[in-house]
Amino acid sequence: MNVIETTGLGKRYGKEWALRDCTLTIPEGRLAALVGPNGSGKSTLMNMAVGLSVPTEGSAAVLGVKPVGSRAALDGIAFVAQDSPVYRNLSVGDMLHLTRNLNRRFDDAAARARIADLGLPLKKKAGKLSGGQQSQLALTLALARRPRLLILDEPLASLDPLARQDFMTTVMTAMTDDGVSVLLSSHALAELERVADYLVVLSRGKLAVAGETDDLLASHRVLTGPAEAADSYAQRLSVIQDKRAGAQAHLLVAASGPADRVEPGWEAHPVGLEELVLAYLRAPGGAPAAAPSPALVSHIQPTEAAR
Amino acid sequence: MTIDKGISPIEFRLDPSSGVPTYLQLVQQVEHALRLGYLKPGDQLPKVRDVVASLTINPNTVLKAYKELETKGLTAGRPGQGTFIQAALTQVALPELGGLRRSMLDWLASADAAGLDESGVGALFTSVLRDFYKDHGRAADGGAAAGGETEGVA
Repeated sequence: MNVIETTGLGKRYGKEWALRDCTLTIPEGRLAALVGPNGSGKSTLMNMAVGLSVPTEGSAAVLGVKPVGSRAALDGIAFVAQDSPVYRNLSVGDMLHLTRNLNRRFDDAAARARIADLGLPLKKKAGKLSGGQQSQLALTLALARRPRLLILDEPLASLDPLARQDFMTTVMTAMTDDGVSVLLSSHALAELERVADYLVVLSRGKLAVAGETDDLLASHRVLTGPAEAADSYAQRLSVIQDKRAGAQAHLLVAASGPADRVEPGWEAHPVGLEELVLAYLRAPGGAPAAAPSPALVSHIQPTEAAR
Repeated sequence: MTIDKGISPIEFRLDPSSGVPTYLQLVQQVEHALRLGYLKPGDQLPKVRDVVASLTINPNTVLKAYKELETKGLTAGRPGQGTFIQAALTQVALPELGGLRRSMLDWLASADAAGLDESGVGALFTSVLRDFYKDHGRAADGGAAAGGETEGVA
């Protein structure tokens, strides 16, 4: 089962396309990280997935249900918008009461146990909690809906390192215990490597690359060798990023197969997640052609002009 | 926040700067603990949930590591209980180890005579090691190759 499946999905605001030609599948049971610079279409994609905004073109299915935003689709989703959305003037107990009554399904006992675990006083106003506590409260209320898909828009942005770790531990534990799938947008690339097993990179309103994190890392590498031989070598490769100096060249390439031979005089180095994402975001000509499926990642022609 | 409940004799730790994929770090730490005697057949590995909570990593990463250990025949899962060490790592018999050590010392002496310093020897060794196991169709343990698993399957 795929938790999210989109075909040619696009959203236009006035004359501007916030997202276009987005064909994407995210399998169940993953923590998928949605990354890209501000304005690349992350929130647009998330808002369409939870039915807060209507696609201009294309289609999307969430948890196998179309249309998104229908009651059947929403029952399986919990969404935490940016900046830990809690009502600042309500107490923790009132937030709990409110959320329980606004939701068809709500595991009150689990939410209360979790709030006790976190040491959040029920009488305290949500606005008086620390940033980390507010985010944990929002997450607790979201998880109490017993979702199959948890969508988090930039949950880590305003948190300190300890609060980030605590927040992610809660998310990971929910994955382990209840099999919740997660879609999370973040700018904290360095922190994603350990937590995200699926990666979706958006650049300028287009899908740049998507796939299993391990597969993406395994199918890309940096080739280092003499600059004078780089042009002829690069022609036979699918180069995402090309860095050159007088004598030396570094080519970040998508391998065409695991058994790819490296030419004599060249060294192959593995790439990290951050390096890979930044290379795709900086790829010339905007976003490359969308990767139709993780298995085909190696056939992307990333330098192809977007339009 | 100590998660250790004494279920397993070992506790995982991650090295963020190693460049080795997370699941492979877990695999290597179990193998290392086996070699050093921290783990013996019958011992239990940390529960997936505890590893997830103590390292803040994706549960699928832990499952992948445990599956790899099982494929290697080092561990076995017991339904509802956890993952247990099944076999000790095969060690080369001591007399052969001595011979290997001597030939390596000879080689080091000639590398030194040729002017290679310690880090040069290390770089050469790592590169030859990687190439050797690549040619044999399996990734070297500790290989820098992120594609360790795919190459192993191919």
